[in-house]
Amino acid sequence: MKLSLIIGGCLSGMALLAALISLVWTPYDVTALDIAHKLQGPTAAHWLGTDHFGRDIASMLMTGARTSLAVALVAVTIGMGLGVPLGLWAAARRGSWLDEGIMRANDLIFAFPSLVIAILITATFGPSATNAIIAIGIFNIPVFARVTRAGALSLWQLDYIRAAQVAGKGRTRISGEHILPNIANLLIVQSTIQFSLGILAEAGLSYVGLGAQPPTPSWGRMLAEAQTMVTLAPHVAIMPGLAIVLTVLGLNLLGDGLRDALDPRLRGRLA
Amino acid sequence: MRRYLFRRLIILLASLWVASGVIFLLVEGVPGDPASFMLGVNAAPDTLVALRAQMGLDQPFVWRYLHWLGGMFSGDFGTSFTYKVPVAGLIAARLAVSLPLAGIALCLSVALALPMGLIAAARRGRISDGAVMAGTQLGIAVPNFWFAMLLVLLLAVRWQFFPAGGFPGWSDPLAALRALTLPAIALALPQAAILTRVLRSALIETLGQDYIRTARAKGLSRARALTRHALRNALIPVLTILGLQFSFLLAGAIIIENVFYLPGLGRLIFQAITQRDLIVVESVVMVLVFAVIMVNFLTDLAYAAVDPRLRRRI
Repeated sequence: MKLSLIIGGCLSGMALLAALISLVWTPYDVTALDIAHKLQGPTAAHWLGTDHFGRDIASMLMTGARTSLAVALVAVTIGMGLGVPLGLWAAARRGSWLDEGIMRANDLIFAFPSLVIAILITATFGPSATNAIIAIGIFNIPVFARVTRAGALSLWQLDYIRAAQVAGKGRTRISGEHILPNIANLLIVQSTIQFSLGILAEAGLSYVGLGAQPPTPSWGRMLAEAQTMVTLAPHVAIMPGLAIVLTVLGLNLLGDGLRDALDPRLRGRLA
Repeated sequence: MRRYLFRRLIILLASLWVASGVIFLLVEGVPGDPASFMLGVNAAPDTLVALRAQMGLDQPFVWRYLHWLGGMFSGDFGTSFTYKVPVAGLIAARLAVSLPLAGIALCLSVALALPMGLIAAARRGRISDGAVMAGTQLGIAVPNFWFAMLLVLLLAVRWQFFPAGGFPGWSDPLAALRALTLPAIALALPQAAILTRVLRSALIETLGQDYIRTARAKGLSRARALTRHALRNALIPVLTILGLQFSFLLAGAIIIENVFYLPGLGRLIFQAITQRDLIVVESVVMVLVFAVIMVNFLTDLAYAAVDPRLRRRI
C-alpha cells in the first residue's frame, strides 16, 4: 500500500513542481510563435515537440499545470470552506429543520448534472478561469457537506463527545474542538479526490472553450486546438492528455495511499 | 411502502419545482437581451420593441416563468428564437441521438464492469486482481474526450473501422449504430472503471458474510457461490451507482458530442448558448435535470423494493 503513496506523491509532486518552476522559468516563451518549426515531433531542442504555431509543448504544459492546479485548488477550497461548516452544523443539529434544509439543498445540487451547470454558469457569465472555478467549486460544497456530516454524525454518538456536552461545552465548540480534528483524515482524502476531479472538470471546460482564455495556456484548450491536426501530428494531442492522466492518476493514488496510511483499519481492505 | 412512496413523490415534485426556478433565474436573470442580440447593434429602437413584444420579453419576469412552467406541463416548451420551431420538437429530435448514446454507453459500462469486478473479487490479492485495479485507476484518470480523440486516431483514421464523426440519422440503423459506437466507448470507459471498483468492494463485502460460508459448506463451488449468492446481494450498491452514472453519462455526452459532431442535446445547448436562444437553453437544462431527478427517484424505489429495511430510513 505504501507503493500507491509513493507513486502518487511523485506524480502529483511532478505536476506541482512543473507549475512552480513555470512561475520563474520555462524552456521557451509560451507566447512566442515560431511558425518555421511548427508541428515538430520531440527533438533535442523541443523535448515534447512543438504545436501548430511552433510553440514549445513542454513549456505550454508547464504553464498549463499552473492553470489546472490553481483552478482545482481554489475550487476545493471553496467546497471545503462552505461545505465543512455546513456539514458540521447539520450534524450538530441532527434531525432539525436546519439539517433537513441543508441536506435537501445538497440533493438539489446533486440533481444537476455538474457539467451542465458549469457550462450554464460559464456561458451566462462569460467564459473565464474564475467562472470555471466557481462552477466547479459549487459542486464541491455538497460533497464536503455530506462527508463531513456523515463523519460527524457517528462521532456525536461517542462517549467522549457526550462527556464534553455534560462538561458544558456548546455544540459549536464541540464541533470545532473535537469533531473537526477527528474527521480531518476523511476531509484530506476527500480533498485529493475532489482535486483530481477538479482537474478533469477544468480540462473539460477549457476543451469546450469555457475555461481559461488565451493566451493563458491550459491543458484542455491545448487538446481542443490539437483536435484538428491530430492526424498530422498526434503528439500535439497525446502530450497534454498524458499530462492530465498522470496528474489525475497521481492524485488518486495519493488519496488512496493517504486513506490507508491515515486509517490503519482500512489497510489492505479496499485498495 | 405507501407512505414512503408519497414522501418521495413530494420530494420529487419539490425538487423539480425548485430546479425550474433556479434554471430560469440563472438563464433569464443574466444581462444580455436576446432581442438586441438577434438584431445586432444597429437595430432601430422600435423594431427592437416590436421583436421584444413578439418574443414575450416585455412581460414581467415572474409571468414569463409561470408561462414557461405551465407550458411544460402540456409539453409546450415555447418557440425557439433562432430556429423558429417549437422547442419540444427540437429537443425530441436531439434526444433521438443523446438517449441511445447514453443507453449504449451504460450497457457497455455494465458489460465491461461485471466480468472485471467478478474476476477482481474472485481472485482478490492475486495478479489478475492487481491488473484489473490498475486498469480502473487508469480508466478513472483518463478524460473521456481525450480518450475519444485517441479512438478516432486509431479506429477511424488509421484503420477506418468507424466513422470519425457525424451522424447519418436513424433511417439507416446500422450506420447510425456505427456512428455511435466510438462515442459510446469513450463515454463508457471511465464509468466502467468506477463501476468495477464499486462491484469489487461490494462483492468482497458480501463474500465475508455467513450465508456465503453456508453456501460453501453446502458444497457450492467458489464460482457458484460468487455468481449465485454474492453477486445478487452486491448488486444493490451497484444499482445506486448506475442511477448516478446516468447523469454523468448525459452530461459527459455534451462534451463527447462535440468531439464527434453528433447532433445531440449537447451540441444543441452549445449552439443555443452562443446564439442566446435562452428558451432552448433553459428547456434543455430542465429536461436533463428532469431525467436525472426521475432516474434517482426510480433508483430509490427499486432500492426500497429490493431491500425493505431501507423504506423506513429515508
